[in-house]
Parts: sequence; C-alpha cells; structure tokens
Amino acid sequence: MTRKRRRLVLIGGGLAVLAGAVALMLNAFRDSIVFFNSPTDVAERHIGPGTRIRLGGLVKSGSLVRGDDLKVRFEVTDGSREIAVAYQGVLPDLFREGQGVVAEGALDGSGVFDADTILAKHDETYMPKEVADALKKSGHWQDDYAQRAAMPVGGRGQ
Amino acid sequence: MIAELGHYALMLALGLALIQGTMPIVGGRTDDPALMSIAAPAAVAQFAFVALAFGALAICYVTSDFSVLNVYENSNSAMPLLYRLTSVWGNHEGSMMLWVFILALFGALVATFGTNLPVKLKANALAVQAWIAAAFQLFILTTSNPFARIADAPFEGRDLNPVLQDPGLAFHPPLLYLGYVGFSISFSFAIAALLEGRIDAAWARWVRPWVLGAWMCLTLGIAGGSYWAYYELGWGGYWFWDPVENASLMPWLAGTALLHSAVVMEKRGALKVWTILIAILAFSLSLIGTFLVRSGVLTSVHAFATDPRRGIFILAILVAFIGGALALYAWRAPLLKQGGLFAPISREGALVFNNLFLTCACAAVFVGTLYPLALEALTGDKITVGPPFFNATFGPLFLPLLLAMPFGPLLGWKRGDLLGAAQRLLAAAFVAAVAIAAEFALQHGGPVLAPFGVGLAIFVMAGAIVDIAERTLILRVPLGAALRRAAGLPRSAWGTAFAHFGIGVTLLGIVSVTAWGSERIAALKLGDTVDLAHYRLTFDGLFNRPGPNYRDLVGRFTVRRTNGDLLGTMEPSRRTFPARKMATTEAALMRRGVSQLYLSLGDPKPDGTVPVRLYFKPQVLLIWLGAVIMFAGGALSLSDRRLRVGAPRPAKAQATLQPAV
Repeated sequence: MTRKRRRLVLIGGGLAVLAGAVALMLNAFRDSIVFFNSPTDVAERHIGPGTRIRLGGLVKSGSLVRGDDLKVRFEVTDGSREIAVAYQGVLPDLFREGQGVVAEGALDGSGVFDADTILAKHDETYMPKEVADALKKSGHWQDDYAQRAAMPVGGRGQ
Repeated sequence: MIAELGHYALMLALGLALIQGTMPIVGGRTDDPALMSIAAPAAVAQFAFVALAFGALAICYVTSDFSVLNVYENSNSAMPLLYRLTSVWGNHEGSMMLWVFILALFGALVATFGTNLPVKLKANALAVQAWIAAAFQLFILTTSNPFARIADAPFEGRDLNPVLQDPGLAFHPPLLYLGYVGFSISFSFAIAALLEGRIDAAWARWVRPWVLGAWMCLTLGIAGGSYWAYYELGWGGYWFWDPVENASLMPWLAGTALLHSAVVMEKRGALKVWTILIAILAFSLSLIGTFLVRSGVLTSVHAFATDPRRGIFILAILVAFIGGALALYAWRAPLLKQGGLFAPISREGALVFNNLFLTCACAAVFVGTLYPLALEALTGDKITVGPPFFNATFGPLFLPLLLAMPFGPLLGWKRGDLLGAAQRLLAAAFVAAVAIAAEFALQHGGPVLAPFGVGLAIFVMAGAIVDIAERTLILRVPLGAALRRAAGLPRSAWGTAFAHFGIGVTLLGIVSVTAWGSERIAALKLGDTVDLAHYRLTFDGLFNRPGPNYRDLVGRFTVRRTNGDLLGTMEPSRRTFPARKMATTEAALMRRGVSQLYLSLGDPKPDGTVPVRLYFKPQVLLIWLGAVIMFAGGALSLSDRRLRVGAPRPAKAQATLQPAV
C-alpha cells in the first residue's frame, strides 16, 4: 500500500469508530436521560404515569409515615403543590422532614410517586442544588435551612 | 506569624514562577544559555517556597490555630492528629495548595533529574510549567487565601466534614493530584516542542516516565476513591458515574492513550502529531476536572463551598491554557515531520486502535458529564445523565478494546501477522471458553451475559500470560533457558503484561459483583436472623461507643454459615458528630476470600427494631486488586533501564552490564 492509501485506511477507520461512538451517544441520550421536576413542574408539564423523572422539593413536615417492611410514605412540596411519594428501603442519613429531598422514579396510575431511589447527596446546607433552585423559582426559599437542619425535627422515626 | 510566613512564601513563589516563565523563553529565542539556565534553579526555588507555604498551613492545622479562618472552618482540636493533618486538603483552599505544591514538586523534579534533556527543550518546558504554577498561585492568592485570619479567634473549630474523616483522605486526594498534575509535565513538554517546532522519537523517551508515573498515581487514586466511596457511603456501590468521578476518569483514559501512543513514537517515530495532541488533551482534561470539582458548578461533597468568583477564575485559566495550547498546536503542528510507515495490521496499528477507542470512550464520558451543564446553561432544563447512559456508550466502546488487548503485544512492528497472533492466543481462547461453559453449568439464574463477561476477563488475563509465555518460549525450550529468557526480558514487557492482566482482574470483579451480588433490606428486632447467600446474621443488640469527636451507636451481629458454623461478628454503626450535628453510616465489612459481606445500619426505631442493609459482594476485592496490579505493571515498566538511561544500548552491551536481574 502507498503512504496515501495507508493514511486513508487510518482516517477512514478513525471516522468509522467516531461515527459509531456518536450513534451510541445519541441513542443513549434518547433513552436514558432523566429530567428534574418540582411538584409544580409535574403539574404544569403534564407528566404522565410511567415517565421516569427526578422529583425534588422539601419533605413536608408531619407527612412521613413509616409502615411495615421499611415502607415509607411522605409528601414532597415546593410550597405550591404537593406529591405523595412511596418508597421501600432505608432512607439516607440526611433525610429529614422539612429538608430537601430528591427522589427518582415514576408516577403510578393514582398520582402517587413510586420512588426507587432517594438521593442523599447534599451540600453542607442540607439542600440539593436542584431543590434550592426550584424553591427560589417558586418563591418559597428561606435562608435558614442549615440552622433548621441542625435542630432535632419532630415526628422523626415514628 | 506562621500563617503570615506561609502567605508571604506563596507570594514569593509567584514571583519566582513569573521569572521562571519568562526568562528561559527569552533565552530560547535569543539563544542565550545564561537566560535559559535560570529555569532549573528557579523551579527548585519556587518549589522550596511553595513547600514552605504548604508546611506553614500544615502547622496551623496540626497546632489547631483557630485564628486562621480556614483552620477554624475545617478542623477541630478533638480530632486525631492524622485527620488534623489531612484536613489541610479536606477543603477548597487547602486542596488548591496541595495542587500547587504537587505542581511545583514536579517542576523541581524535572529541573533536578532532567540532566540529559536538551537545554532548550528543558528551559521551555520548565517555563510552561511555571505559567501553570503562576496561574494557580494567583488563583489562590486572589480568591482562595488559606491564610486569612479572624480578628476574634474562636476557642474551637467547626470540624472537618464527617464524611471526610477517614484514612482515605490521607491517600486519595494526594494520589489523584499526583496523577492530574503529573500530566502537566507531558503538557509542558508538548508545548515546548511546539514552541521549538522540532520533535523526535527521543522526546517520547523523555516524556514517557512522567506520563507513566502520573498514570500509576491516577490509577491508584481512582481505585482508592472508589473503595472509599464503597465503604463510606453505606450502600456498597463502587462507581456511580458521578461527574466528580468522571472528572478523574477522563484524564485517566486520555493518559492511557498517551502512554500507548508514546510507545509508537519512541520505537517507530510515528504518530508524533497525534501524541502531541493527546498530551495536550490529557492535561486539559485534568484542568477541566479541576474546574468541575473546584468551581462548584456541581454540588457534591467534593465541592466544599461555592463562590462564583472562583469558578470564573478557573474557567479563565481553562480557556487560556486549553485554548492557547490548541491554537499553538494548530499553528505549529503542520511543521512537525511525518514519521515511519506501518501497515494497518501491526503493533502500531493495534496501538492506534487502542488510542481510537480510548479517546472515543473518553469523549462519551465527556459528553455525558458536560451535557447536563450545557443544557442547563442554555435552556434551564435540569437533567441527570446517569449510569444507563454510560453503560450504553462506555461499555460498547470499551468492549472491542478488551477483545483486542491480548492481540496487540503479539503483533510485530511495522507489519503484523494477525492469523499467527490468533493461533498463539488459541490457548487463552480455550481457557476462556472453558470458563464460560463452567459458569453456565454452575450458575443458577444469573444474567445470561455474565458468563461471557467472565470469559472475556479470563481471555484478557490469559492473553497477558500468553504474551510472556511466547516471549520466554516456556514449554518449548528447557525450563532453565526459559527462566533465563524471562529474566532477560525488558521490564517494560513485564509491565505491559502486568497492567493488561490487572485490567482482566478488575473486569472479573466488576462482572461478578454486577451479576451475582445480592442484597437484603430488613428490619430486625433483638435476636432476629437474616439470611443472604450462604450466610446467616443474628442481631445481638445495640450499644454506644464514644469516639474522640463523635459517638457511635453500634449494632452487633453474629455471622454464621447457613449450616451453623460460626464465622465472627460484624459491628456496623451510626456515627454522630456533635460539632456539625451530622451523622454518617459506618458499614461493617467481612472478607471471605476476595468476596465481602457488607452490612450497614439504618436509623433505629423507638421500639428497638433496626433497619439493615446486607449485601453479599462476590469477588468485589478484585476490582481494586486489579488496579494495584496495573500500578505494579507501571512500576515495573518505570524501572526499565531504557527509561532511566539516556539512550537505548545495544542488546550485547546491556547483557554485560546487567548479568542477572
């Protein structure tokens, strides 16, 4: 093979692999992206049952109910609207009533959000970034979440 | 006083960096050896002052000087000495100090040990190194001063983030930074070569040890971080495709590609232009990683605190260095001479294949990590690109790489014999096929693909062994002769085999855990038992245990086999830190061979029941053991005399110099 043909083989192979990679990425983007929504977003965007989303907001104070077999129910609020969340499992260390939470899952037919993951990732103010942004947008942001997190919260562990 | 000394030393270091960044370049332009020779002593002096500043900060931490704001915010006098020391880099300001310290350390090492380098190349490379140092020192001094004082010194500090109070903090960040920052050397050499407009095979020989060293540290640093997350976060995950993890994986992928393309450049003088580009990209990705983690665009435990000025400053550094380097590359790279020819099927071809897939895999990680940020900036939509994306892109791109890996070392330079290589790999393929058949026969209801995953891992490992067997002619010549051949093999050949073997080991661990790992979540009362895999745990009760700056609520569990044999106890705990009013989960681990039982505790209920998560992680330790083997491979390769000595010697001379190794 001449130098030119060898280079063509090389460049052609490279482009083929790159095209394959791009195809893989586009395909994956279609199936595996999860949008973040506040309870208000869920209502406004008419998100139907079965669509996988991340639901974020505050755990409504007094809404946490623990059942058998580590089943829990609580409500997520952004100050304007609430959505009931059902989850089975061990809640993360930083889960508190009145604090921010992000749950991943989908709405079931009856309007209850069936969560399979409750995210524990918070910064030092106990507030996931997405939740803070959503609260600021809905006008229900308060500046004292960090102090409130430090206080024992009533109704925990019932 | 100590803090002010540190602050002043950092300013002096900045001054020295500015001199080191300009004078040698001027000297290189005007061919003035006196100006060029400033570079090396300036680099050593700059390191000395940075070390002084870093040491001053460390003293402030160890002596718990809470009049220093940074110490007050991140330390506590009740913490053990190890954590008082490691909390130096357990915060934004301190970790940037560590970054600059390691950067200056590398500069000083090049200045001291790069005695065989051409004068001009060394001067230019050290100057580029100084630009990076100056940029980050300026960043610390203007936006992240760790030496700021408080007027009224408090009595007690606010404690280090509890998640970071772990021996992992002593190793993970320094190793990771040694890797990240280590790629600055190849970057500086690449820029120096472009400035000079001249590059040859020797360039690759000078740069390769630095790349190798950085790659080794990064490998161990990533593996260490993965193990830390595994035992600290309480749910047994070892890799989350979290943007912060991706930030360290991208330079690793690019660095691995660089390591391989530099081999081609060194041996055959080919792929020069590409190697320069990948050297620039590897460090650019390190910078992007630093930006992602340090600017606070991602909120996670790594971001510590958020301040938009810092983000903009790092973004400016990023744009200046990456943009500048790529512009210089576009301008100067066409001047570089083309290298040797090779057929598509050859060792060079195999290494090009490696580079192609590694960079594409790296691009997939890059897109998946940055797309959510870009989308949020453009449309305001918040999305998560999670594991499904990476599994669907990174996986298929890595698969051909793993399949091809055993072939590469068996192909000849210039023109290879694919059929011959395949014949020599028949033994490896046979072992893999037996493993697949055995897994199918043994497994009950695991995923169908899992045995093939095991087979691939075995193929990769066996391929590495075949490579060594072929080189030593073992089983074909008498054992003594084969052993002599083994001793005479270049250490880099052993290094390759070890590193490739390590990849197979890690893959085996990942496949096993993913396919056959099991978990149970249960709420236990005193005396209750829970079964998982072949194990039975009994809950024996809760008790309190005080620690230096925390208290533990410990659950005690007795572990037996299902047939009743006693294996021991596990004591997971919930750890409460009064200073920050935070709690962490301390999982208990029980090792069984290379597998682990993993137990973590939930919040106990008032009636005495405790929620627990119990996992059985088969062969999980192989994941990190593989990384250790890769590190060992790198170390073997690094000890190859070809890299230590200036130029390769003829085989004969080598034999007389090195009779028995």
